[in-house]
Amino acid sequence: MPDHDVLVIGAGLAGQRAALAAAEHGVSVGIISKVHPIRSHSNAAQGGINAALAVDDSWESHAFDTIKGSDYLSDQDAVEIMCREAPNELLHLEHIGVTFHRNEKGELGTRAFGGASHARTYYVADITGQAIMHTLYEQLMKYADLIDRYEEWFTTELALDEDGNCVGAVTRNIKDGSMELFRAKAVILASGGNGQIWHPTTNALICTGDGIAMAYRAGAKLMDMEMIQYHPTTLRGKGFLITEGARGEGAHLLNAKGERFMEKYAPNKMELASRDVVSRAEQTEINEGRGFPDGTVALDITVVPRKRIHEALREIVLVGRDFAGVDITREPIHIKPGNHYTMGGIKTDIWGRTDVKGLYAAGEAACVSVHGGNRLGANSLLDTLIFGRRSGEDAAKHAAGRGIDRVSRTVLEQEERRVQAIIGRERSGRRVSEIKAELGETMDSKVAVFRDEEGIQSALDTVRRLKEEADGAWIDDRGTIFNQDVLGALELQNMLQQAEATCMAALERKESRGAQFRTDYPERNDEEWLKHIDVSLNGDGPELSYSPVTITDWQPQERTY
Amino acid sequence: MAEYTLKVRRFQPEATDEDKRGAYWDNFDVELDPTLSVLDGLLQARDGEDGSLAVRCSCRAAICGSCGVKINGQSTLACKTQIGEAAEEAERKADGESTTSETGKPEIVIEPMGNMPVIKDLVVDMESTHWEKYRRVTPWLMPSGPPPEREYIVSAEAMVDVTQSVACIQCGSCVSACLSMEADPDFIGPAALAKAYRFVGDPRDGQTTERLYDLANDQHGIYDCTHCFSCIDACPKGVAPMNQIMRLRRLAGHDHDIQDVNNGRNHELAFVKNIEKKGTLDESLLLQESFAPGIKGKLLPTIRSMKGLIESIPTAIRGIRTGKMRSVPKLIPGVHHKLPGDAQDHVKRIYDKTEESRIELNLYVIGEGGEEEGAPGAEGVRAEDITAAAQAEEVTPS
Ligand SMILES: Cc1cc2nc3c(=O)[nH]c(=O)nc-3n(C[C@H](O)[C@H](O)[C@H](O)COP(=O)(O)OP(=O)(O)OC[C@H]3O[C@@H](n4cnc5c(N)ncnc54)[C@H](O)[C@@H]3O)c2cc1C
Ligand code: SF4
Ligand code: SF4
Ligand code: FES
Repeated sequence: MPDHDVLVIGAGLAGQRAALAAAEHGVSVGIISKVHPIRSHSNAAQGGINAALAVDDSWESHAFDTIKGSDYLSDQDAVEIMCREAPNELLHLEHIGVTFHRNEKGELGTRAFGGASHARTYYVADITGQAIMHTLYEQLMKYADLIDRYEEWFTTELALDEDGNCVGAVTRNIKDGSMELFRAKAVILASGGNGQIWHPTTNALICTGDGIAMAYRAGAKLMDMEMIQYHPTTLRGKGFLITEGARGEGAHLLNAKGERFMEKYAPNKMELASRDVVSRAEQTEINEGRGFPDGTVALDITVVPRKRIHEALREIVLVGRDFAGVDITREPIHIKPGNHYTMGGIKTDIWGRTDVKGLYAAGEAACVSVHGGNRLGANSLLDTLIFGRRSGEDAAKHAAGRGIDRVSRTVLEQEERRVQAIIGRERSGRRVSEIKAELGETMDSKVAVFRDEEGIQSALDTVRRLKEEADGAWIDDRGTIFNQDVLGALELQNMLQQAEATCMAALERKESRGAQFRTDYPERNDEEWLKHIDVSLNGDGPELSYSPVTITDWQPQERTY
Repeated sequence: MAEYTLKVRRFQPEATDEDKRGAYWDNFDVELDPTLSVLDGLLQARDGEDGSLAVRCSCRAAICGSCGVKINGQSTLACKTQIGEAAEEAERKADGESTTSETGKPEIVIEPMGNMPVIKDLVVDMESTHWEKYRRVTPWLMPSGPPPEREYIVSAEAMVDVTQSVACIQCGSCVSACLSMEADPDFIGPAALAKAYRFVGDPRDGQTTERLYDLANDQHGIYDCTHCFSCIDACPKGVAPMNQIMRLRRLAGHDHDIQDVNNGRNHELAFVKNIEKKGTLDESLLLQESFAPGIKGKLLPTIRSMKGLIESIPTAIRGIRTGKMRSVPKLIPGVHHKLPGDAQDHVKRIYDKTEESRIELNLYVIGEGGEEEGAPGAEGVRAEDITAAAQAEEVTPS
């Protein structure tokens, strides 16, 4: 039974940053990840990370852009913290080794990103997330005597004491199938987003939101679950992302007639308007017949100098070549809006604390909320680091001076039985993969860029049916060693619970704000809906409530780009 | 849509069936668009046919480094290899032979990575074969003093330069393909050494000399690489680990003048001198020169160099036996033949140019091949010159 002061579940940017921050406070840390840490999805972040570090930039300007981008649904106290602390966090990353792009003077250089009034995105070619995450992993090696790593361990459930405090987690060692009860004084969930609920998605196969579902089952509230970002430039079919950096470097969006259609939708910011705005513009062009026959519009990167493309967008050259058969330096590439990011998640305060005592959350799994209705590009990496660090610090303080509680082994036995039951299921009903595929298509067609009551309701009905089917879905692998099949079944249950919460919240919000565009309620309605929708689990089903949006200095205004 | 047959090397550690004990082959028929990946094919087989088929994967986009495998014998990423191309490659390899399935389609052969113990099916143990070595190179930045108030001021080029190694996703394809690793499992290996270069090449690091000294003197360090290019071929991210190793050597030997206990530096110099003089490798001089360099070395050989020379006699004999050193006469000084025509002058010119421009073999710096602009390498030595010289060499590169 491994014991740690602080247990971190998830080893992407948020988790690693939290672990390092806790270790720096001198407590013992365990960090768990279902894949090797450097395989975590934070790798995928190509574009960069925002910080108002330049002398002519200000944190206020960064905060305003973020709040406006969020369609005023973000909590402004949290945004303020993120934007104020961004410059120091960025410098810290630079000091521990991230190879950020430099200008001719050898200082940090930036690129432009969507929805921002200043070029404040710092980057490493187009492998920013990878570069930062590998650097944090290096630091985990440096702090190896304080931080124990559990690489390729899958957490199935949180452990609570009688008073409902979080005191650990049950985790399966993927390599040999053994289950362990990890005890801890504080637990931080940093287990990432849930894009796999949609198909296609830019998210990796591991992005099933396990932590969000586990927190929900443990009694924590989820917030803003209806706010799902569709990224404007993804490849059809597999959903690969073309970084916003491409538009930041000057690429144009064209419809099938060759028109630069953003002129109509965002005459000032053009291609660099907020993501929800650009995605809707594209979808409108496509729906109204001005797209290509394959349901796409074009991204023209050829207007960017070739040398610059090779220097700053190299990964995109490879993605175009390997996954679309297109040389982006010579011809436009077809793209469409695709599922990308979950703004919502486990509701936390500015120190990452959830409604469950001893349980913290950070990164894409959490909802602080700094992104509100729509996240700005390059703000997510920042969110993972700032609030990862803050949760790590606060969890360390919470753990200090506290003993390890006695933890009942009931939850371990219960989880062992649950897993065993899946492995032993009869071969009847549907396969896990079939249910997952139906879920993905349903959500992508009905809870996407444009939504309405009928569609969301029918998605919800489907999700509920799939939930029942999933309870009996069978798998092939009956073994203990590297049984990925059984993990898939556990992930499916997690995804269905979250999908239900998302549909409920989307149905509830009868207005259009940020990523939620209801064709039956096309206007933003601050009077009734300038508030968060919270979802908690009551018995087997979701229960909705509201919480206020924190507004400090920035009153809601009309949003134009 | 097209049909493909995947021939997968499987190992189910808990199998009870007689025919599934130990490693075995299993065929899966899949149907998908040729532009989709081999990983998509494997996932289709796993989702639809056999959920126990183990393969690590996550990003599907060649960024997480999970899905390293061998496809038709070549170490690579399953998600980066288009299935249509893999089938064509299989066809070329089969070349009318019997590797086609009953349906007459060529089989795409998929195996776990090499040089690593298999855990299950396509899942291998990278901990002992790679991650331990990764930790071996002290993989974190060690600046010499406290950090500056703002950022370190360093040249843009220096950052771009190490970014080539930073681009490594630790997928292990290079480790799988490495010939030295096969011979010496303790070899630190291409990926971990590329990681080492990432710090050595970083002007913010304060331990450059110590790092180089350590890597040069490790018996399984930078001089253990045999220059076989396999890692460059295998790497899906253009990291070119061999180039990073060569740069470590240049920094250690040439710039920091580190005389290593492996005699790597001297061997390298001897090699360079040998080709400069003879155009092709004259083995008879190589051993002598590398263990007892220069005239002084030959007149007054040290005990260490005598010992080294004697110790390498078995290698020489093995070389003759395996045909690597083609004939005994080659060991006799003076027998070595000359290059035809003015080829030796060409070799000389390459030497001069290389000295002059000291090109850095870094894709991030010089751009992709066939680039018409922005390739500083273009004014220095052209890659073709180097290849031509390599071809002029009639011996197998060692
Ligand atoms: C293609 C793409 C490009 C992006 N580009 C940018 C960008 O340019 N800038 C930006 O700011 N943001 C970007 N984002 C968003 C950003 O990358 C993510 O939001 C962020 O990296 C999430 O980090 P995280 O640490 O919260 O989670 P992740 O990096 O997803 O890590 C989750 C961790 O939790 C672990 N885990 C999950 N479930 C379990 C379980 N059950 N048991 C054990 N461990 C578990 C996983 O193994 C993993 O280690 C991009 C996202 C995508 C998809
Ligand atoms: S070049 Fe060196 S490191 Fe690369 S595969 Fe060959 S022996 Fe290994
Ligand atoms: S150097 Fe290339 S092949 Fe080797 S581990 Fe890194 S990315 Fe993979
Ligand atoms: S699945 Fe991530 S590299 Fe292939």
